[in-house]
Amino acid sequence: MCFTQSFWQLTISGLALGSVYALIALGYTLVYGVLQLINFAHSEVFMLGGFGGLFLVRGLGIDNPSGVTSVLLVGGGMLAGALLGAATAFTLERVAYRPLRRRGAPRLAFLISAIGASFFLLNLAGKEFGRFNNPMPPLYTSGKVFSVFGAQVTTNQLVVAASALVMLIALDRIIAKTRLGMGIRSVAQDAEAASLMGVDIDKVITRTFVLGGLLGGAAGFLFGIQFGVQYNMGFSAGTKAFTAAVLGGIGNVRGAVMGGLVLGVAENLGVACVSSAWRDVIAFLILVLVLMLRPTGLLGERLGRSA
Amino acid sequence: MAMLELEDLHVKYGAVEALKGITLEVNEGEIVTLLGANGAGKTTTLRTISGLLRPSAGRLLFEGKPIHELPAHEVLGIGIGHVPEGRRVFPRMSVLENLEMGAYQRKGGNKEVMERVFDLFPVLSERKTQDGGTLSGGEQQMLAIGRALMSRPRLLLLDEPSMGLAPLIVAKIFEIIAEINQDGTTVLLVEQNAAQALKLAGRGYVLETGSIVMSEDAATLLSDDRVRAAYLGEEIGAA
Repeated sequence: MCFTQSFWQLTISGLALGSVYALIALGYTLVYGVLQLINFAHSEVFMLGGFGGLFLVRGLGIDNPSGVTSVLLVGGGMLAGALLGAATAFTLERVAYRPLRRRGAPRLAFLISAIGASFFLLNLAGKEFGRFNNPMPPLYTSGKVFSVFGAQVTTNQLVVAASALVMLIALDRIIAKTRLGMGIRSVAQDAEAASLMGVDIDKVITRTFVLGGLLGGAAGFLFGIQFGVQYNMGFSAGTKAFTAAVLGGIGNVRGAVMGGLVLGVAENLGVACVSSAWRDVIAFLILVLVLMLRPTGLLGERLGRSA
Repeated sequence: MAMLELEDLHVKYGAVEALKGITLEVNEGEIVTLLGANGAGKTTTLRTISGLLRPSAGRLLFEGKPIHELPAHEVLGIGIGHVPEGRRVFPRMSVLENLEMGAYQRKGGNKEVMERVFDLFPVLSERKTQDGGTLSGGEQQMLAIGRALMSRPRLLLLDEPSMGLAPLIVAKIFEIIAEINQDGTTVLLVEQNAAQALKLAGRGYVLETGSIVMSEDAATLLSDDRVRAAYLGEEIGAA
């Protein structure tokens, strides 16, 4: 096959990219779970998270960081991205969605509101931060760390994948074990029954947006380490993360993670067979095929309603 | 003072009036049943008490305080538990998690209540780790009642607990409702199964197209010709 020679190399870079998709996909899937709403403005949460991390790292302006400083820089960048992402998601819910919910608006209104908010944030960022790519200042001395099956793993890939993994596990535990997780799952399965159990649905919705925003914002920074930060970076990455969420089964937390990883790898292997110009075509071809052949995704809807 | 008082309560769905001014009360310690055909407004009444619906006019008092403006998630906190029509257990949560959801607002100290629930429904204790959605209808009803008990309600609203269940299971569930009542929980029971409900309850109301048409003690309702004809499936004069 066309990718036999560099199979492992492509798989590794695919997993690193896919773990970023997975982090973003969780934001789509969590919000869909509690609201049956695709928050299309989530791509801008990701983008602003990237800028949050970038500005912090730039602001600190540390030359040739290494060791503990590098770890702190990466952690700080992720935290800044996560916080700005969470703040953006929180604001989106309050401004773009909650007023519509109060009025019992039809679904189409939410979709239009989402797209409007997305365009607004995209263009605001373009105007304020410039319409060009901002490479992340070096956070550590990047290089090859070790090799697997003859494929080189770079520091970047390791940092991105490991950070994503920690966050994915943390989220999985939050959903499974905490009171907030119980609230989110109960609202996703039967919102009215949840309110009869004393769950404040509005509060759960707000916290779900914040949780998705934390992950999406941190993902923006991780993406920025690899590819730089740009005002329109959310469009492609966000749409692919949405694809990943659908691929795994929208509303399904573990499905979103699996979808992200599968998509990241499939995209990279596919590129090896044709050319890199086909990267996005491959991703969206997967979306179309999933929607046609298995609309509930690979794992089906688990967080959401059973009926 | 009655525990729960509804006074000339009106509820509308858009332009349609589902409750046309109903007045009823439930005293502490009682089992009161609300009878009526499909669409009479029984479920609407319970949903309004629980804050899922807003009355358009009238008064709704619990322990003397107006509660018609409280959102559903706060009504539970003042001591009203609601077992909704169709049971509505969380299908993809375990039995244990479903019960924990019932105590969502309580901070700790649920062990005692949970033991009581397992005491009342031993089958739930056997199925702790099973998903709610995989239980049989009767077990789901038990779980729904157990879940509502977890919040230690003083008033329990039960919406058609017999729906779709075999007579033996229904009898068992009604027995347990009596036991819950003896534990000190007041019960407002909505039922289509009038014969069973009237054997359990002390008093009953009959609801027809949004209005209360009868309010009597259970024995009187059981022997009333109109009730027998309409809700017990007997022909007038046949007995």
